Amino acid sequence: MYDAWKIIVGLVIFVVLFTAAFWMNAGKAAPVPEPKIDTPEIKKMAEAERKCVEDKHFMRTTHMQLINHWRDQALREGNREYINQKGKKYYISLQNTCMKCHSNKKDFCDKCHNYAGVSPYCWDCHIEPKEEPKGNEL
Amino acid sequence: MNMDRRQFIKIAGLSTLFGLGGKGAFELLRPGALDAAVHHGEEHAPEKPKEVRKQWAMTIDVEKCAEPGVVEKCIKACHSTHNVPDFGDSKNKVKWLWEDDYEHTFAENENEYMDDHVKELPFLCMCNHCEHPPCVRVCPTKATFKRPDGIVAMDYHRCIGCRFCMAACPYGSRSFNWLDPRKGLNEKELNMEFPTRMRGVVEKCNFCVERLAKGKLPACVEAAPQALTFGDLTDPDSNVRQILRRRSSMRRKLELGTGPCIFYLV
Amino acid sequence: MIEKALRGEPRYYMWIVFLLAIIGVGFGCWLYQLNVGLGITGMGRDISWGVYIGQFTYLVGVAASAVMIVIPLYLHNYRKYAKIIVFGEFLAIAAVTMCLLFIVVDIGQPQRMLNVVLHPTPNSILFWDMIVLSGYLLINIIVGYNCLLAEAKKVPHPGWLKPFIYLSIPWAVSIHTVTAFLYAGLPGRHSWLTAVMAPRFLASAFASGPALLIIVLLIIERVSKFDPGRDALQTIAKTVCYAMIVNLFLVGMEFFTAFYSNIPGHMHGLQYLFVGLHGHGKLVGWMWTAAPFAFIGVLLLLIPPARRHHGILAFACISVFIACWIDKGVALVIGGFIPNPFERITEYSATFPEITIATAIWAIGALILTVLHKVAVTIREEEAAT
Repeated sequence: MYDAWKIIVGLVIFVVLFTAAFWMNAGKAAPVPEPKIDTPEIKKMAEAERKCVEDKHFMRTTHMQLINHWRDQALREGNREYINQKGKKYYISLQNTCMKCHSNKKDFCDKCHNYAGVSPYCWDCHIEPKEEPKGNEL
Repeated sequence: MNMDRRQFIKIAGLSTLFGLGGKGAFELLRPGALDAAVHHGEEHAPEKPKEVRKQWAMTIDVEKCAEPGVVEKCIKACHSTHNVPDFGDSKNKVKWLWEDDYEHTFAENENEYMDDHVKELPFLCMCNHCEHPPCVRVCPTKATFKRPDGIVAMDYHRCIGCRFCMAACPYGSRSFNWLDPRKGLNEKELNMEFPTRMRGVVEKCNFCVERLAKGKLPACVEAAPQALTFGDLTDPDSNVRQILRRRSSMRRKLELGTGPCIFYLV
Repeated sequence: MIEKALRGEPRYYMWIVFLLAIIGVGFGCWLYQLNVGLGITGMGRDISWGVYIGQFTYLVGVAASAVMIVIPLYLHNYRKYAKIIVFGEFLAIAAVTMCLLFIVVDIGQPQRMLNVVLHPTPNSILFWDMIVLSGYLLINIIVGYNCLLAEAKKVPHPGWLKPFIYLSIPWAVSIHTVTAFLYAGLPGRHSWLTAVMAPRFLASAFASGPALLIIVLLIIERVSKFDPGRDALQTIAKTVCYAMIVNLFLVGMEFFTAFYSNIPGHMHGLQYLFVGLHGHGKLVGWMWTAAPFAFIGVLLLLIPPARRHHGILAFACISVFIACWIDKGVALVIGGFIPNPFERITEYSATFPEITIATAIWAIGALILTVLHKVAVTIREEEAAT
């Protein structure tokens, strides 16, 4: 092999840099995210009524596609009514439907998003619900 | 290995393209996979309401606008409902609704011997929601599009910020977010029921689509119902058509064939 | 073949480092722009396109000009162009790349660029602009690369290349026509709403592009052992001359229509540019620089003894290049927005970050051009040596 040492050194540096994400975070497993659904608005509802637009499993796997679908339906098709699997109607709006119950973005949306390392650009425009001040009000 | 450098680069390049394109191709060729997951919630949906073809329009009684405080009230209603940022009068200003005088609103009708009264009248300017909008014609992504009800809408999620629509609009109705709009907004005064926009997209009056969806009138019309009337231009018996039969009206730059739907009653 | 660009004289390396330094500073400014927004430029609500789109418009013209070399060589077998055609094609590649970069830095949401492909909109001229520019870049890469490779191996270029070469001729005309259509179809902007916009664009393209090619070839003649050929340079110079005459004629037509009809809307654009309007006249100095450069350039190119002298030829080509650049890159885009739809005048001042980013993109183009031309020159020098 020509220039053997240059190649081997280069390869070693490359492998070290490429796998940095793994060995730098070794032993520091982040805990599984636990999004909280104990917002005041949800607590006000009776146990039996605490249902999201779709069921938990569906939302966990597909809420991104559902939100995109809502975006196109409301904005582009002008259709602001969504009928879920159980036949219940919802008004299509991120701020006024989803966030009305899930008013704790930091303890709900952000928990999983931070864990997965994604930052959806929804919040550039859609206004986050005001956080409940913890403890005494100033 | 008997590969020379040229072959290696060619293969590496093609592999990269296939790698990048493959994902895109997957998304494009198997869209059903994603749709199926989402649409199963709508199997029992009733028929989507038939899209009614109409053309929303507005008449503005200019004399009534001249009464004190009317114009300010309309502008404030619009800009606060829609979280329109305030960047003063700088080049970065964003405005959906504003006033100007006759000479400038109807610049193509320059008349040096105009009567003093009309010279002083305030004309409210906004997007004209044209029947043949040049902005829609030029948008490369259909981020701005004409709805069946006549409103020229903006999809801020799709806008790439090329500003071709701003060049195309003959009325100067559109504003671009040169800076982060939240910097021009007071957090305490935000309307929490309506989003802001992000920087890098174009925005303009939207005839309050979100209010119309709830059966309300546009914010400016609600603020000054004596001066502004909102109705369907295609319906011969609508309020606006009745007004237009009775009163003489003007529109901006009619010779351009855009078919603007803001009528100024003078 | 790339290895031929990696070795050169010391001044070659210095030039590359100089370009990389400019690119580095410009890149930093672009990161600043990504962070804060396009508000850091001089553009605003009234002048919504500025330096970036101006440069884009100008460079589409430069890119299209390769066709002025292709037509005589491939359609009329003008062998004198055989040695330099590849330099024209590489200039086209550098120019189109700069065009695409200027678009990227100008749009508000660059990460959404692919929306133009994902949501095709045939009624939008910008959609077609994207298609023709990408296609032209591809054609020039395929043709330039294969022609040069064939020459390096001392074989004629492959037969399958011919359709691409013939395709590049109408395609080159189309890229600049489509760019002209961006402006010529907009109902609200009187200075742009003219049928001669596309002819003007093409004429000034066929003047400025070959002029730049002559300048580059003269530099190459100076710094390397490659001789482009006196006759080839003279023919290109005549092309520049006549194209510039047509360009000036068409500009003259604009003046006639505007001022003989005496319609204010038609006159205001030209008035603002050449004498100022309502007390505003920021671009007047620019126009009265462009005008003498244009006429002096044409004159020098018309007079054979002047044209044959390479020093004067260089000066004439630079004059034509600058005049066209001011006309298209400065006056056209910015002037088109003045006066605004309310007949008010908002003037435009480019900011430092904006100019730096624009300069950096020109430097990227110069870098691409340098590298590609170095390969071509080295191959020619090796040919000549054997």
